[in-house]
Amino acid sequence: MKKGILMVLAVIMVAAAIAAGCTGTSDREANLNPSETRTLLLATTTSLYDTGLLDALKAPFEKEYNAKVDIISAGTGTALGYGENGDVDVMMVHDRAREDAFIENGHGIDRRVIAYNYFVIVGPEADPAGVKNMNPEEAFTTIREKGLADPAQVKFVSRGDNSGTHAKEKAIWNGAGFNYTTDITKSGDWYIEAGTGMGATLVMADEKAAYTLSDIGTYLAYKDKIALVPVVSEGEILLNVYSVMRINPEKHPGVNSSLAKDWINYLITPSTQKTIEEFGVETYGEPLFFPAAGNWDTMGVNRSEVEGPVV
Amino acid sequence: MGYIIDGLMEAFHLIVSLDPDVMEITVLSLIVSLTATVVATTLALPFGTAIKFTEFPGKKVLINLIQTLYSLPTVLVGLLVFLLITRHGPLGFAGLLFTPQAMILAQTILILPIMVGLTISALSGVDETIRDTIISLGATRLQFLTSIVREARFAIFAAVVVGFGRAISEVGAAILIGGNIAHRTRVLTTAISLNTSQWEIGTSIALGIVLLAIALVVNTGVTLFQQR
Repeated sequence: MKKGILMVLAVIMVAAAIAAGCTGTSDREANLNPSETRTLLLATTTSLYDTGLLDALKAPFEKEYNAKVDIISAGTGTALGYGENGDVDVMMVHDRAREDAFIENGHGIDRRVIAYNYFVIVGPEADPAGVKNMNPEEAFTTIREKGLADPAQVKFVSRGDNSGTHAKEKAIWNGAGFNYTTDITKSGDWYIEAGTGMGATLVMADEKAAYTLSDIGTYLAYKDKIALVPVVSEGEILLNVYSVMRINPEKHPGVNSSLAKDWINYLITPSTQKTIEEFGVETYGEPLFFPAAGNWDTMGVNRSEVEGPVV
Repeated sequence: MGYIIDGLMEAFHLIVSLDPDVMEITVLSLIVSLTATVVATTLALPFGTAIKFTEFPGKKVLINLIQTLYSLPTVLVGLLVFLLITRHGPLGFAGLLFTPQAMILAQTILILPIMVGLTISALSGVDETIRDTIISLGATRLQFLTSIVREARFAIFAAVVVGFGRAISEVGAAILIGGNIAHRTRVLTTAISLNTSQWEIGTSIALGIVLLAIALVVNTGVTLFQQR
């Protein structure tokens, strides 16, 4: 029995030592800033995470506000679900229709539009469906037609995860005159529902030499890892607007509301907007996101949704 | 093939250079899974002993149920704990979702059945004659139980190791409950999942090697202990 106790003690001591090592780090941080560190829990669409933009944005905020930003990268649908339960403080998403419903139901407040870019239909360089430079609705119609005829050659990978990108994909199918549930899902082997984030979906589409809909930011961030090329990048429907909103503290007491307010105000300041504008230019030769500041007409939103500070 | 070799080389570099991210993820994995194992052991030992040496109606059914829960799917535990601790759930007031503490809770629930079950098996493995001897020597109930547990210590320790192995290698509950937050709830398995989906193969291989190495160290330790 003694040996057993010794072993258990050893295990506990190792765990304690490790735990002490961990708190050591936070103590060091705390010493730099004597006041208590606050944590902001942020749920985000995968595109803002997979591109690395959020990591770039959070570092200066954490320093300035003596706060920690914890990011859950989950896709717009999941992020809205966490928000509805009050499990996160703030969310960054891109699906206007569902955002409006979310706010109408009293869950979210203080939405600000922070950036935009475009969706792009990417596919194999050989373009087996021959959709290059079509408009998005035509391209989708053609991919479906060719895919139904020869699923070995023409495939489409869908996010299939209720994300903002998935919502946009459904909007394009609807725009092309299809009923998404009856005409598209389960219509054949050509249509593949990935059920995962943007980066993973691009990797899967690449693996299967398939077409997919991607935000341009994630595509550029993954361009070197995959062989897919943009085939359709023009069309009004491809506009992709990112916004931030905080969870209504009246409906969900317990959320970190004041820090969420700080985060929103931080995102719409000119210097952050400049960071967004410059992000990725050096690495990818072009911006991954356009700042919302000054571009409210392009995005079709009110100026106050872009510039008005949250009070 | 090139990407595997590249990945292995990157993995080697990350491990040899004690990459801070890899270290941090590994340490968190160890803290979460070791704590869950310690908690589960503390609960399983008395519970398993009580079941083994008490006669009550439905005992066979209970043992059967415990053994069924050996194959409890990790995502199901994740879902269960999620429903409990989400802000508007019964334990939502504690604000536990997306914390390492919640991951410990989920892993404890996950491995508890297997540890109770294996404790019962371990105690059943003690020779009848040893039991009779202990009783004939006039042991009290408590002396009897501690003596039997001592006799079964190797098998019980093996149960602890199995529990730890299941805890540290599970991904389903860890991702649902922890949310895979960098520097907070990202453990080896969820990090491998994320890195592979982002095509960061080298990092994934490195983390995979660390995960295997932990299993190797633990098992070697147990073997040495059992041979003494």
